[in-house]
Amino acid sequence: MTKLSIQLNCPMPKLDFDIITLGHGSGGLLTHRLLDAGVFKLLANEFLDEQHDGALLDLSGKVAFTTDSFVISPIFFPGGNIGELAVNGTVNDIAMCGAIPKYLSLGFILEEGLRMDDLWEIILGVKHAAAQAGVQIVTGDTKVVEKGKGDQIFINTTGIGVVHPAADIRIGRIRPGDQIIVSGEIAAHGIAIMSVREGLEFETDILSDSTNLNFLVKNLLDKLGEHVHFLRDPTRGGVATTLNEIAKKAGLGIELAQAQIPVNEQVDGACELLGLDPLYVANEGKFLAIVAPESADEALELLRKDGKGKNAAIIGHVTENHIGQVLLKSKIGGRRVVNMLPGEQLPRIC
Amino acid sequence: MKFLTEYRNPEVVREYLDELHRTVTQPWTIMEICGGQTHSLVKNGILDLLPKQVTMVHGPGCPVCVTPLGIIDEAIYLAENEGVVLCSFGDMLRVPGSEKSLLEAKAGGADVRILYSPLEAVKLAQEHPDREVVFFAVGFETTAPANALSVVQAKQLGVKNYAILASHVLVPPAMEAILGDPDNVINAFLAAGHVCTIMGMEEYFPVVEKYQVPIVVTGFEPVDLLQGILMAVKQLERGEAKLENQYARVVQREGNLLAMQTIEKVFEVSDRSWRGIGTIPQSGYEVSETYASFDARRKFNLQLAPVEENKDCIAGTILKGLKKPFECPNFRTKCTPEHPLGAPMVSSEGACAAYYHFHA
Repeated sequence: MTKLSIQLNCPMPKLDFDIITLGHGSGGLLTHRLLDAGVFKLLANEFLDEQHDGALLDLSGKVAFTTDSFVISPIFFPGGNIGELAVNGTVNDIAMCGAIPKYLSLGFILEEGLRMDDLWEIILGVKHAAAQAGVQIVTGDTKVVEKGKGDQIFINTTGIGVVHPAADIRIGRIRPGDQIIVSGEIAAHGIAIMSVREGLEFETDILSDSTNLNFLVKNLLDKLGEHVHFLRDPTRGGVATTLNEIAKKAGLGIELAQAQIPVNEQVDGACELLGLDPLYVANEGKFLAIVAPESADEALELLRKDGKGKNAAIIGHVTENHIGQVLLKSKIGGRRVVNMLPGEQLPRIC
Repeated sequence: MKFLTEYRNPEVVREYLDELHRTVTQPWTIMEICGGQTHSLVKNGILDLLPKQVTMVHGPGCPVCVTPLGIIDEAIYLAENEGVVLCSFGDMLRVPGSEKSLLEAKAGGADVRILYSPLEAVKLAQEHPDREVVFFAVGFETTAPANALSVVQAKQLGVKNYAILASHVLVPPAMEAILGDPDNVINAFLAAGHVCTIMGMEEYFPVVEKYQVPIVVTGFEPVDLLQGILMAVKQLERGEAKLENQYARVVQREGNLLAMQTIEKVFEVSDRSWRGIGTIPQSGYEVSETYASFDARRKFNLQLAPVEENKDCIAGTILKGLKKPFECPNFRTKCTPEHPLGAPMVSSEGACAAYYHFHA
């Protein structure tokens, strides 16, 4: 499997260890060797170079602050790896606050026995994603747990961003009549992961959609400012879960038109085979924008101009009816409720 | 994936609906047997589009829903045995046994794995010769051939650490049980397309004959379902009772002979208990004597005490079509997918879950 979409010209230096051992988390010599060779060199910047306990940052104005942990299995998947995901995930959470992401922390929990070349690949993923998103890794931490007490690698990233001057993204700003836009085809990430899970492997070209969304969002805010009422990236639980949360929290109803929801044909086919509903499948490079009705067409146009938003679509609207519920008009004209899932979406028998 | 668009074409759907509205003159109650059909009807919002004279009731064709509590307890008991890897279709994991579900057993440390095919389980057994791999072989006639094939394959390959926990049920005896019920309200059936793909149509002729009930073998897409309903309504309006095949692009009258031979090799028909309904004679499959060493019940000497169903759950009444899920006093209150009282609320094919998730 291709581990990284873009191979970076950073071959792993020759090290006298090829797997992570408990010693790498001791804080002693081994830790330093690992960090010097891996983290500090690859991710170098003025803040990280200080190698201090924390980073001293100069920020002015309103700040957005978020954290996320990444425990994905497998750690390499079609279209990305856990390192890229950890950066993009936090970058996107900041962007969804209407902010410009600036600085990230990077916390590793490594399981004893993790292969060094895998870790190297993951840090390259971090580097690549950070460069793409225009953010810097300014502080971090590495711990090692005994074999069996982790799953190869867990990553936590925390991020800080500066709120866009024209942004006012709050649930309270959602109004009846607002239009709901999705930035592209849904459900690719979840299906890409499923396709390589043990016992479920199936042949497909579907890649995870993991990517940063901050520039797409910034562009939207530059042009439309306060007309953008709300933003969310529908990661775990997919579009259905996110919209349910929004409907409940906003005290309004949501109506979706199934025919308008963009789903890649292959992803749709895989969902069909696996007995999954794409509305509940995770995304890692899509967002939902709830915008004032008069700005919806312009927003759509702006998104579609960017490669990452080329399949953007208006998929529904906000209503005063059926408060707290998401209703879907099916392709054939019937209506049904789109509920929250009680737990993980489980594949069906037949 | 042609069927995704062709059989979901809104214009074709509209045409069938119009014809249905023109055809129907009096109230009819039609049962779709298969949970997959229930799911499609509700998910696509078809129920709201039907003429008000046509009432669809949702049959017992959800294998997860009709698996008795005792068998789920057996699976959990096996999963909690340290030497065992219990493999299952995803749907079974959340179904509550008498004390817990497989998902809860997994959280407690049991080795439970979700697989899509029993053949994967055989592979797993080969890879882990030190463990006993058990596949929870649940389903109607549809999944029986693959489950049987896994046993045949394990025997051929000399894989001794593989067994199945069989929980197979059969459609025609269940139809007869429903039709024979003094409270029966069903005027016609949509038979399950996938089941008939395997078993063919022969065994339905005697049912049509004996009970004078129209049966239409039907597929799963919106156009399939509406066509099937229309065919059934036309028969009813004309006072006919015939066996018809809407799903002819897939189902052949004689079925899949190879699949049936494989089933016959590994399984034998036996009496079976259905959750919420009770024992129906000759309505299930058990592993035959020839393959006894691949039968988890014999291998692990399973003799669990019989367990009682939750008295608040009216699953039987729902599965026989006598009540709709929302007519149950516990629907959405004491019984939700997070805290199900019975299986129809758990499985994605269960009538209660379908109504809970999709019905406005």
